[in-house]
Amino acid sequence: MHLVETAVGSGSTADERKDALRIGGMEFAARLIVGTGKYRDNETMVRAIRASGAKMVTVAVRRVDLDRSQQESILHYLDPDESFILSNTAGCYTAEDAIRYARLGRAAGLNEWVKLEVIGDEATLLPDVQATLQAARALVEEGFKVMAYTNDDLISALRLEDAGCVAVMPLASPIGSGLGLINPYYIREIKHRLSTPIIVDAGVGTASDACQTMEQGVDGVLMNTAIAAADDPEAMAVAMRLGVRAGRLAYLAGRMPSREVAVPSSPSHGMLD
Amino acid sequence: MGERAPAAGESKQHLRLIVNGESCIVAAGLTVHGFLQSLGLVPAMIVVERNLEILDRDWYDTTVLVSGDRLELVHFVGGG
Repeated sequence: MHLVETAVGSGSTADERKDALRIGGMEFAARLIVGTGKYRDNETMVRAIRASGAKMVTVAVRRVDLDRSQQESILHYLDPDESFILSNTAGCYTAEDAIRYARLGRAAGLNEWVKLEVIGDEATLLPDVQATLQAARALVEEGFKVMAYTNDDLISALRLEDAGCVAVMPLASPIGSGLGLINPYYIREIKHRLSTPIIVDAGVGTASDACQTMEQGVDGVLMNTAIAAADDPEAMAVAMRLGVRAGRLAYLAGRMPSREVAVPSSPSHGMLD
Repeated sequence: MGERAPAAGESKQHLRLIVNGESCIVAAGLTVHGFLQSLGLVPAMIVVERNLEILDRDWYDTTVLVSGDRLELVHFVGGG
């Protein structure tokens, strides 16, 4: 199995390259995008990212800890030539804050992309869609390539597409919940109605969730906790990579119709008397 | 910045800044680059926001800190 054999390396398989993810004028030989938070240590993170095959990884912008000023930037561990660094606005609750964080991320000098996230509620971490839209419009105007985290709501997704986002990223379920894909129908509907790439962001818990999400026909999946909080992050990264691939291939293959009656697989004629 | 009486912990040789929300006293005449180095930080890895405006890295060398400057020193950390 070519795919399985190479899925533990950082390189992409021929299959992954052929079916590349295209966003904002760029091509990525992986439909799995991973976060870099919550790992027990940076070495584990690096191994898990490599195993995941992800070409795009998210990072957060935070204050340098002055009491521990030797604390390293995560860029000591990530090679921007190997992983496309996507700066996020996680933790922001207003459009103004999100714009400020986006600008700080861009000033790091790597690229003009941002994973826009404006949270509306502390308990559920559900997005403030109005503030997200407001920030998206401002950031697109400033030349950012915006990948916007949003609810699994078609109208919000359409508005974010109109605002000029390079990707619209509805949630599978709340951030860090691991509840999996709660509303496959809404995700499918969003994918059908938008021409902008759809990346499902947040909520995936295990490989079957990643697979089921990709089976809806979306362009990619973004996850962090599902890999970082697994007992063995590196092994889970491989599982997620294969889950994403399996779901994608199943979608492209075109599944059989489901029906609530049994249909025998073996011929009903030619049976013995 | 207009003329004003030196505040506590401030003199001609020293000035007070707010760095990442904390009060901080540094030598007068220090540049942003020098300040980052004094903290053991690699300037190429740090983004500096000075009084709510992002400071271009090309200016770290020539920007001299002024009493009352509010600096935010940020970098990339793990995140989702």
